[in-house]
Amino acid sequence: MSANDTIEPTRRDFLYIATGMAGVVGAGAVAWPFIDQMRPDASTLALASIEVDVTALEPGMSLTAKWRGRPVFIRNRTPQEIEAAKAVPVAELKDPVARNANLPADAPATDQDRAAGDGKENWLVMIGVCTHLGCVPLGQQGDFGGWFCPCHGSHYDTAGRIRKGPAPENLAVPVFAFVSDTKIRIG
Amino acid sequence: MSGGHSTYTPKSGLGKWIDARMPLPRLVYDSFIAYPVPRNLNYAYTFGGILAIMLVSQILTGVVLAMHYTADTTLAFHSVEKIMRDVNSGWLLRYLHSNGASMFFIAVYIHIFRGLYYGSYKAPRELLWILGCIIYLLMMATGFMGYVLPWGQMSFWGATVITGFFTAIPLVGDWIQQLLLGGFAVDNPTLNRFFALHYLLPFMIAGVVVLHVWALHVVGQTNPTGIEVKSKTDTVAFTPYATIKDGFAMVLFLLFFAWFVFYIPNYLGHPDNYIVADPLKTPAHIVPEWYYLPFYAILRAITFNIGPIDSKLGGVLAMFGSIAVLFIVPWLDTSKVRSAVYRPWYKLFFWLFVANAIFLGWLGSRPAEGGGLLTLLFAGEFRGNYVGYSQLSTLYYFGFFIVIMPVLGLIETPRRLPNSITEAVLEKNKAGAGQLAGATAAPETKV
Amino acid sequence: MNKILKGVAAASLAFACTLGVAAAAEEEGHSAAEPTHFPIHKPAEMDWSFAGPFGTYDKAQLQRGLKIYREVCSACHSMELVAFRTLEDLGYSEAQVKTLAAEYEVEDGPNADGEMFQRPAIPSDHFPSPYPNSAAAAAANNGAVPPDFSLIAKARAVERGFPTFVFDIFTQYAEGGPDYIHALLTGYGHEAPEGMEIAAGTHYNPYFIAGKSLAMAQPITDGQVSYEDGSPETVDQYSRDVAAFLMWAAEPHMVARKQTGFSVIAFLILFAGLVYLTKRKVWSAVPH
Repeated sequence: MSANDTIEPTRRDFLYIATGMAGVVGAGAVAWPFIDQMRPDASTLALASIEVDVTALEPGMSLTAKWRGRPVFIRNRTPQEIEAAKAVPVAELKDPVARNANLPADAPATDQDRAAGDGKENWLVMIGVCTHLGCVPLGQQGDFGGWFCPCHGSHYDTAGRIRKGPAPENLAVPVFAFVSDTKIRIG
Repeated sequence: MSGGHSTYTPKSGLGKWIDARMPLPRLVYDSFIAYPVPRNLNYAYTFGGILAIMLVSQILTGVVLAMHYTADTTLAFHSVEKIMRDVNSGWLLRYLHSNGASMFFIAVYIHIFRGLYYGSYKAPRELLWILGCIIYLLMMATGFMGYVLPWGQMSFWGATVITGFFTAIPLVGDWIQQLLLGGFAVDNPTLNRFFALHYLLPFMIAGVVVLHVWALHVVGQTNPTGIEVKSKTDTVAFTPYATIKDGFAMVLFLLFFAWFVFYIPNYLGHPDNYIVADPLKTPAHIVPEWYYLPFYAILRAITFNIGPIDSKLGGVLAMFGSIAVLFIVPWLDTSKVRSAVYRPWYKLFFWLFVANAIFLGWLGSRPAEGGGLLTLLFAGEFRGNYVGYSQLSTLYYFGFFIVIMPVLGLIETPRRLPNSITEAVLEKNKAGAGQLAGATAAPETKV
Repeated sequence: MNKILKGVAAASLAFACTLGVAAAAEEEGHSAAEPTHFPIHKPAEMDWSFAGPFGTYDKAQLQRGLKIYREVCSACHSMELVAFRTLEDLGYSEAQVKTLAAEYEVEDGPNADGEMFQRPAIPSDHFPSPYPNSAAAAAANNGAVPPDFSLIAKARAVERGFPTFVFDIFTQYAEGGPDYIHALLTGYGHEAPEGMEIAAGTHYNPYFIAGKSLAMAQPITDGQVSYEDGSPETVDQYSRDVAAFLMWAAEPHMVARKQTGFSVIAFLILFAGLVYLTKRKVWSAVPH
C-alpha cells in the first residue's frame, strides 16, 4: 500500500475527471434535441412559393398577399408616385441600400432598384412588415404618401424607403418574378 | 429533511449570508450529501434514483412534445405524425417519451417488488409506502391519459373501455362516465381534458415524490438485512457512496432504455395505434399497454355474479381492489422480521407472487376465452382456458396479501438475525472470501 | 448483485414454466375449414436491408417500391401523410421530385372568385387521395375502404407468440409490418380448404390478418410493372419492393434513428465503464 501512496491520488483524480467530463459531454448531447426541435420544421421550411394574379390592379391600387405567414404588399404605382420617389437623391436617404432580395446586397436604394425593374417600374412588391419592430404599416399614409407604421411612427415613401421615424431599414423586397404580365410568383 | 442534527457549516461569506436567510444549500447538503444510508444497500435500492431521472425525462420530453401536439380529434393523430416526420429530432423525442413511460413502469415495478421483498413497508415506514402507492396510482392515470393523446384506435377504444369501468357503479355510474367524457362517448371534449390532465398530473407526481423523499429521510432507508441502523459504522454518507452507485445503475438503465428507443421503439406499443381512431369500428382485440395487463386480467377474471354484485361490477371492484390492497400491506404483514432474507417461506411465496404477476400480465394480453376455473380444475380444459388461468392467478394474487402475509408472519420460523448491519456485512464478506461455493450454498450472500 | 440476478433468474424460470404450459396449449391445430385465429399462416421472415442495428434502406429498392405504389396501389390506396419533398430520401434530385409531383393534381383554393381549383402538385404537397372522401372510397370498393398507406407498415403486425416475442427484444425484430405485407401480397392464388365458406365478393388469403378472406383481389401479377434496373418482375420481388417502400413511408427517419442509436449506446457503454471504475474506487475502503 505504501508504495502506491504516491501514484494513487493522480490515478484516482484522472478517473474522476474523465468520468465527470464524459458526464458533461453526455448531458450536452442530450440537450441538443431539446433545442433542435424548436427550429422551423421540415414542412415549414418547404413552404412553397405563391403565385398572385394582379390583372385587376389598376394604377393606384394595391393588394396584400400572404406569404410565409406575413403580408406582402403589391402596388401598381401611379406616375406621380414614381416621380416623387425618383426625385429623392439616394444620399438623402436614411437607408441607402435597396434591401432587394433579387439584387446584390449593396445595390443602392434608387427607385429603379426598389421597383420591379425595367418596364415594370410601376410595380412595387414588398414584405409588409415594418423594419422597426414588426407591425404592418398602413398604405398611402404618412408624411411621404407611402406607408406609415402606426405602432411607433415610421414613415416610408412611395418606394417603401424609410424616411422618418425609428425604423432602421427600407421595407424588404422578397424574391419574386413576373411569370406572365399579370402573374407574380413570390418566393 | 433528515431532521435536527445538521452538520452543514457554510465556508464562504456568501454561504453564511444565504444560510441565514434561506438555508437551501443546507437542505441539499443534509439531504443529498451528508445524509447517512446503510452501507449494505444492493442494486435493488438504486431504482428510486432511476425513477427520479425517468420522471424528469418524461416531464422534459413531454413539455417539448406539447409544443408540437394539437389536442383536437381532427388534428391529434396528424400532429403526432408531424412530430415523427417533420419536427427536428421529433422522432427521437416522441420515442423517448412513449418508451420512457414503459421504462418508468419497469422501474416502478422493480421498486415495488424490492419493497415487498425487504419488508420496506413495515413500521415506521407505513406512510412512506402509502405515498409510494399514491405515486403509482397517479402514474397509472397519467400513463392512461397519455396513451389517449395520439388518437389511434387503441387510444380511442382504451379510453372507451376504461371510462366504461365507471358505468359499473350502481345508480350514478352513467352520470360519472358522462362527467369524465364530457359527452356520451369519447370525443373532442374527452381528448382536451385528458391532455390538460396529462400535463398536470406529472407535476402532482413530482409533488408527492417530494413528500415520499421527505418521509424517507425522516425514517431512513431499510436495507437487505431489515435491521435498523444502530451506529455510525452501519452507514455511509449519501455522497459519494450512494450517488455513484445510483449513478452506475442509472447508466445501465439508460442503456436498456436506449436499446428500445433506437432499435425497437414500437415493440412495447400496439400496431393498431398507428391507425387513426374510428368511433364506428372497434379493433378485433383490445389490449391496454403492458403495464396495466395484470390488472386487466383480474378485471376479466370475474365472469360470474357474486350475490347482488354482477360480474361487471365485480370485475371492476376486483381490479381496483388489487391496487387498494397495496395500501394496507403494512398492516397485513404480521411478521416480526422485516426482510425476506431471513424468511425462507415468505421468500418462496414472494417469488411465486412475482411469477404470478408476470403470468397475469401475459393472460391480460390473451383473449378472454375458455371455460373458467371449474373446467380448468375438473374438466381438464388446459388449452386456451385463459379465463380459468386468470381466475387461478387472481386467487393467488389476493391470497398472497390477504391470507399468506398475515398467516405466514404468525407461523413461520425466521432464520437467525445478525445483531447489526456491520456484523452482517463482515460475516458475509468472511464467507464470500472463504469459499466460492458459499455463494451457492447461501443464496443471500452477495459476492 | 448476485442475489438480484438469482432472483431474476428464479422469476423468469417460474414465468417460463407457467407460460410454457399455457403456450403449448395455444398452438393447437386450427380446424382447417373453420379457423378461429388469424392469420391462418404466419408470415415468413424475410431478409430486409433495413433490419438490425446497422440496417439501411436500399434506395434502388425504395424507388422500385415507389413505382409499384404509383402504378398499382395508388389507384385505391391513399398515402396522405407522405409529402413529395421527402422522396429526396429515395435518392431523387430536387428537380426529379418536382417533375414527379407535377404528375399529380391537387385541389387548392379558394381563388379570388372563391372557387376551389385543381393545380399540378409541388414538392411540399402530399400524395393526393384517389377518392374525395372515405364514403366515396367505400362506395367504389363494395363498402370496404382501402386503408391509407402512410403508416401501414407499422399498423400491421402478426402476433409473434411466446417465446418468440421474448427473443425479439434481443434480435431487434421490428419488421413484422413488411413481412406481413409481403406475405399477404404473395399469399393469393391458394385454393381454400374443402368445406370453407368464402363470403361473396371476398378473396381467400391464408395470410390475411383479420379473417379467411379480404375484399381486395390479388392486386399485382408477374410482369405487370416493368423494372429498368433488371430486377426480376415477379410478384415476390414486387412485394418485397413495395413492402420496403411502405416501411420507409411509415418510418422515414429509421436509418438516422439506428445510426444515432449506435453512437448513444457506444457512449453509454464507455460511460458505464468509467462510472463503474469510479464507483469501485469510491467504495474500495468500505466493506459492503
